[in-house]
Amino acid sequence: MTAFLVRRTGFALITLFVVLTIIFLIVRILPGDPAQVILGDQADAGSIAALRTRLGLDQPLAVQYVTFLSGAVRGDWGVSLVTGRPVIQEVLNVLPWTIELTVFALLIGAAIGIPMGVWAAVNRNHATDYVVRIASLLGLSFPAFVSGILLLIGLAIQVRWFPVISGQRGTWTQWLQSLVLPAINLGLIMAAYITRVTRSAMLEVLSEDYVRTARAKGVPWPAVVWRHALRNALIPIITIVGLYLGVLIGNSVLTEIVFNRPGLGKLIVGALNQRDYTMLQGMMVIYTLLVVLINLATDVIYSLADPRVKMQ
Amino acid sequence: MSSGTSSTQMTGFARLARATIAAFNTNKTSWFGLCLFLVITVLAILAPWISPHDPIEQDIFSKLQGPSATYWFGTDYFGRDILSRLLHGARYSLIIGIAATFFAMVVGSIIGMLAGYYGGRFDTITMQVMDILLAFPALILGLIIVAMLGPSLTNIIIAIALTSIPSFARIARAPTIAVKEREFIEAGRSLGYSDARLMIVHILPNIAAEILVMFSLWTASSIRTEASLSFIGLGLKPPTPTWGGMIREGFENILESYWLVMMPGLAILLVVFALNLLGDGLRDAIDPKLKGEQ
Repeated sequence: MTAFLVRRTGFALITLFVVLTIIFLIVRILPGDPAQVILGDQADAGSIAALRTRLGLDQPLAVQYVTFLSGAVRGDWGVSLVTGRPVIQEVLNVLPWTIELTVFALLIGAAIGIPMGVWAAVNRNHATDYVVRIASLLGLSFPAFVSGILLLIGLAIQVRWFPVISGQRGTWTQWLQSLVLPAINLGLIMAAYITRVTRSAMLEVLSEDYVRTARAKGVPWPAVVWRHALRNALIPIITIVGLYLGVLIGNSVLTEIVFNRPGLGKLIVGALNQRDYTMLQGMMVIYTLLVVLINLATDVIYSLADPRVKMQ
Repeated sequence: MSSGTSSTQMTGFARLARATIAAFNTNKTSWFGLCLFLVITVLAILAPWISPHDPIEQDIFSKLQGPSATYWFGTDYFGRDILSRLLHGARYSLIIGIAATFFAMVVGSIIGMLAGYYGGRFDTITMQVMDILLAFPALILGLIIVAMLGPSLTNIIIAIALTSIPSFARIARAPTIAVKEREFIEAGRSLGYSDARLMIVHILPNIAAEILVMFSLWTASSIRTEASLSFIGLGLKPPTPTWGGMIREGFENILESYWLVMMPGLAILLVVFALNLLGDGLRDAIDPKLKGEQ
């Protein structure tokens, strides 16, 4: 187990290093001088040179690389070109919003998706199975901003149960109101993915010999399904959910824009529009870090759920 | 071409044809998906001839009108006809979605086949790079690439393609590993066929079914990504009618005229759903694990 974890952590660190190098190269290989782009076409040579010095772009590439890597490790990702505040500060300010949204969406997704998937698998090729399959396929066909806007039209504009702009925090009610609609939006899409994975994992497990044995021994059917089968089906479910977290993070960008909610997504879109290079670089680092951490966490949970994994 | 070669190709394509027919017979929803997609494609092709109005012509006197006999789906803030913009927008969605997925399919399949065929360290390193790319949120990756290259038709296609190459590499690699151990490849090798010939003529037809099924599912995903990029403001520049762009513009007037976002929203949903229905049915039919359960 320890050896497995050490190996996976080592791989995660290598991944991080490779991606950081790629990010460094991408930002520098880009056509055009960042200083020129930031200051615009009208800027004179003097101010461009001054900005290049401030950004450290006049230094040799190797020196820039060492500065970038050591900065990234220490959490020093430079200063936003737009706000003048440290990038890490800006990221940490909105990170709780995105994490909160993602975690709640995942919980909603699992709470709906797992029972639906089990239900469909148990009633395979019956009407319920068909309805669940079509509904889940429809769910994952929704671009997150379309479903978000539909929820907004229905529940915030027509019925007025929720605020149209959900960036408020103060009382518990405000917090809950600002979270519920965006989380439902992401959660429903996640539920569609989890339903499909659960259904196919359960179908596989339900045809195993030990399920037949348990039934033959007279174990009640619900106990067979929920205790014996689902526990084993959870292993592939965890892996796939880990993979889909990338989709979830991507969809959170769209959800944050639709519901006008602070978060990593709004930060990165802002940085792209304003050509805030240092912020963009920092955002790419944080996204890579999140992806690597999620992968590592998936591996760990997977190995806990299935002791055979460490043998591989 | 030898008879052996054509028979190998036949097995691949015959298998795909059999799978397609089987899918359509066992899974009626695939039929529905296919028909829906074909209808949308025909409408997109005919857009210049069947559109009731010019999609970019502004008429400030008829702005923000609801659905009527003149404007079936209403008009936008600039008085442009929503239906005509939807029909023309379908062309961009389909061109970008299909071209990006095709590009990803070709490049990804080559990478996956090479990795699976040669194996060893090359395989390990290539697939680890692919795994890293696969783990990265596709939309964020697409966003960054388009922002850096600039939002032209070609650049958007490249950006979306880059996000789906790893998936095709994964899909092509697994069956390549299985097929390369079979006797007919061994026989080809002992006859002195080159690696390239073995891969293109003998292995490719045998993995084509899996790859083509994924093509329809990934086209759905590419169309969704293009719409998302346009919604964020990194799609084709206005006044080009794109579905995501129409929603972006309509979103500003959502309180008074919600049909501006409803119509393009439903259009995206419909085409993505149609492709998902089609791909899902085909996958069930060719996946041997699922076949036993049908």
